[in-house]
Amino acid sequence: MTATASELDTPLKVGDYTFTSRLLVGTGKYATFELMRECLAASGTECVTVAVRRVKLDGPAEENLLSFVDESKYKILPNTAGCFSAEDAIRTAHLSREALNTPLVKLEVLADPKTLLPEPVGTLEACDKLVKEGFTVLVYTSDDPIMARRLADLGVASVMPAGSPIGSGQGVLNPNNIRIILETVRDEFKLPVIVDAGVGTASDVSIAMELGADGVLLNTGIAHAKDPLRMAVAMKAAIEAGRMAYLAGRIPRKLYANASSPMEGRIASAKEGIPGE
Amino acid sequence: MKISVNGTERDVADGLTIAQLIQQLNLKTDRIATERNLSVVPKAKYAETTLVEGDKLEIVTFVGGG
Repeated sequence: MTATASELDTPLKVGDYTFTSRLLVGTGKYATFELMRECLAASGTECVTVAVRRVKLDGPAEENLLSFVDESKYKILPNTAGCFSAEDAIRTAHLSREALNTPLVKLEVLADPKTLLPEPVGTLEACDKLVKEGFTVLVYTSDDPIMARRLADLGVASVMPAGSPIGSGQGVLNPNNIRIILETVRDEFKLPVIVDAGVGTASDVSIAMELGADGVLLNTGIAHAKDPLRMAVAMKAAIEAGRMAYLAGRIPRKLYANASSPMEGRIASAKEGIPGE
Repeated sequence: MKISVNGTERDVADGLTIAQLIQQLNLKTDRIATERNLSVVPKAKYAETTLVEGDKLEIVTFVGGG
């Protein structure tokens, strides 16, 4: 029997929710809803993010994104993307809870449209309010370990540090900060740490998971790849590879070589010469 | 009377309820949520919520996002 990743791992737990796949995938920026549906399936994800926006009241009726997301397969995680104040993020969370009847929210309170970096004071304020209102808050934050600890202390379900800016494809820029966040949020608060944003390719996902992250959330890395479907397959493999490598425990780095084949039992060196010569 | 729906002013009949407005806009209620003057109106209260002049409504659904 061949062992599979899910057999050799425990599921990811976020609040009251359990996921076998440790990859969370966004639904934005796909060329078509059909392609998005294929990519979600190929990625193996069980949790997908969506954004809250005004319904279009003029023009021809458009197909709804949710018609392409099978809610028996995927848990829907509404975000507050595009909110630049705590108040707007809280209102958006209230709207998504009413529309989907879910306590889940991926909280983003952003500082400005150019950097899309989280605004720390507003993030703390919104987080505190939503946790107290009973939301299961997965909070997007920078990779600042102290901010991550403050958010964990508020009672969130998961802290989601950015590897690098949203959609930038720069990967995990400060692995040491992620390590410190893992020591506090994961090890002391016993909360899952999900690296969110900045993933450019499969190795970025593996690096985050090898550091010990509990999961990775990505969107653009798949949606804007030249071939999104192949990248979705790559991301599925990368999350499993990184997670298994983390659980397995890497070998220490050494300066010098260490032969894998035994030195004992080798044939004689030709330098020893032929008898009689 | 005049109300604002998703940032656009609309002339609607006096005494219109949210349920009637949603019907006029041909919206299905299962994937939307409505906010009136910054507070969410639960779907169960659409029929009994009568709009008044100057009300600001936001009606939202879901789109792709990360």
